[in-house]
Amino acid sequence: MKIDIILCGVGGMGALSSAAIISKAALSKGMYMKQAETHGMSQRGGDVQSHLRLSDEPISSDLIPEGECDIILSVEPMEALRYLPFLNRETGWIITNQNPFVNIPNYPDLDKVLAEVKKVKNHILFDADAIAKEVNNPKGTNMVVLGAASKYLKIDLESLEEAVRSNFARKGEAVIEANIAALRAGRAVADKM
Amino acid sequence: MDRLLLLGDEAIAQAAIDAGLSGVFAYPGTPSTEITEYIQDSKQAKEAGIRSNWAANEKTAMEAALGMSYAGKRAMFCCKHVGINVAADPFMNSAITGANGGLIYVAADDPSMHSSQDEQDSRFYGDFAGIPVLEPSNQQEAYDMVHYGFELSEKYHTPVMMRITTRMAHSRAGVVRKDVRTQNKLSLPEKKNQFILLPVNAKVQYRDLIAKQEGFAASSENDGFNKYIEGTDKSMGIVACGIAYNYLMENYRGTKCPYPVLKISQYPMPTKLLNRLYEECDTVLVLEEGQPLYERLLQGLLNKGKQIKGRLDGSLPRVGELNPNAVGRALGLNVKEGFAIPDLVAPRPPKLCDGCPHIDSYKALNEAMKEYGEYKVFADIGCYTLGALPPLKAIYTTVDMGASITMAKGAAETDLRPAVAVIGDSTFTHSGMTGLLDCCVDNVPVTVMILDNGITGMTGSQKSSATGRIESICQGIGVEPEHIRVINPLSSHFEENVKVIKEELEYQGVSVIIPRRECIVWANKKRKMAKKA
Repeated sequence: MKIDIILCGVGGMGALSSAAIISKAALSKGMYMKQAETHGMSQRGGDVQSHLRLSDEPISSDLIPEGECDIILSVEPMEALRYLPFLNRETGWIITNQNPFVNIPNYPDLDKVLAEVKKVKNHILFDADAIAKEVNNPKGTNMVVLGAASKYLKIDLESLEEAVRSNFARKGEAVIEANIAALRAGRAVADKM
Repeated sequence: MDRLLLLGDEAIAQAAIDAGLSGVFAYPGTPSTEITEYIQDSKQAKEAGIRSNWAANEKTAMEAALGMSYAGKRAMFCCKHVGINVAADPFMNSAITGANGGLIYVAADDPSMHSSQDEQDSRFYGDFAGIPVLEPSNQQEAYDMVHYGFELSEKYHTPVMMRITTRMAHSRAGVVRKDVRTQNKLSLPEKKNQFILLPVNAKVQYRDLIAKQEGFAASSENDGFNKYIEGTDKSMGIVACGIAYNYLMENYRGTKCPYPVLKISQYPMPTKLLNRLYEECDTVLVLEEGQPLYERLLQGLLNKGKQIKGRLDGSLPRVGELNPNAVGRALGLNVKEGFAIPDLVAPRPPKLCDGCPHIDSYKALNEAMKEYGEYKVFADIGCYTLGALPPLKAIYTTVDMGASITMAKGAAETDLRPAVAVIGDSTFTHSGMTGLLDCCVDNVPVTVMILDNGITGMTGSQKSSATGRIESICQGIGVEPEHIRVINPLSSHFEENVKVIKEELEYQGVSVIIPRRECIVWANKKRKMAKKA
């Protein structure tokens, strides 16, 4: 079993903390994992991405080969499209928030962006921000998207919740619960589809 | 022991702590920064009394590391690839003095220039200096090789270079630790003249370094990090260096690579193993994450031997980092493809943060420079380099650390008026001070703006050596006190700031303007930390 995931977004949107949570959960399951990320200049409002690879066998490359990514998990719709060359054409999923993060003057027409996402057969395109607000965790969009993706991650939700607890342990019980609520709400979206 | 989830950088740091490190010496630089930060944040390192403060620049850092090695302790130096340029003098000459306590120089290269101005390959430096180079292929190997590197260093009394690249530095994997070793006791070099590079001694030491090469080569052949892996199809042999080995193996997931493979993680190149591959195979494919150093050597200037494939013959891209697909194509495999990126996807370049003080500094500078025209502002390396991009478009050069001041000086020594240098506080103490001294000694009309945000910003808020010292440094160097002007880069001070800049642009001598306001990212971090406490 192997699963290759690209997590992406814009600096500060929590794509990398989602990666950290999946990694922790995978490690607790005794899986092999590699997680490559871009630091540095990309922190300044630029695009961020992480290649996360999980397997029950040792993994060679830190980078996912093009055409072999199982899931693109994005907190921003245009960013999801940026990594399409990596997606497995037959079996790959795009799971993304539908709301744009506009910090450039030439952000494309949103309808066209969403139409491109929908061209990929397997996709979950939804308003993760609204769901985050519904569970009183407006900053938890990344957790909602992660929750929606959890159905396809081959890691059980309980392990992810444990990883959330461990990841936010320093921030106290309230933050942990808020993030778990967002995670579950995201999962509910995927389950309904 | 449990597997720890560590970045390559962190694996190196944890290994150094476990291997009895006494001090790490570094200046921040992507992708090397997290090594030193990990040690700074490590409870274990604190309890062991490992020194870890940032140095003013890579040269001072490396020399201090050499000094600690001189005293018999294990020391590590870390930098990004271009940092080796700054430290090239101690780097080359410490190869000749050799080390006493174990000494590792970590160079983190950035092929594809994710956050760098070039993609130079530090293995050239290792070869140039004639010291062993370790190039781990994964995080566990990086961890293990730090332990090994210190032993190798102490065995041959030599500095050892560890060369990593972005994907190793910034990728996490599970790592199993070794037992913790105690730190070395203080012990002075046994050889009396080892560190006195007077020509009379240097000649002896240099011969000594040449004599060590045999041992270095034997270590590369025998110590297990370089492996000859049998293959049945001898039509091609593959030399896979560092993480390029992973990209090769990725292409044979679930099967076995049919070709003989020489996995390289340690240099000098093990020529016996290499010769075996060359003799047994019809052609050789060289996979190097970086520049085609060994491909070119293997090919030779005249390329009259067997066919050597790699970056030079177009089998692999000539520039940029490797990846599984590029390697797959070089192997002649049917490589999968994903979807094309839709045309509408727009680039999202990095930019200065909202509320960044540099924005206000540049707005005022642009206004003051209006009457003088473009191409007269020389800048430097840091967040403020982003001021080159629209909408600010305020600066016209960025070359290397400190070059803003000296390039402005050289330009001002023609009729170019005014010549303005823009440099950050940390970059100023890194490599700007000596340039400013040149300006003062020659009394050249340059206006130097030292953007003081109180932190090394670009690499993620590291302590700046300049903090609290800039005015006194400038005065000490010889800038007239009335031409050291501190301004507050806020939009509410715009008019006033423009006026100050204009006044100093008109002054026909050396002047320094210091826009001083805290980095917005750092200010927010501090607020959060205070809240926690």
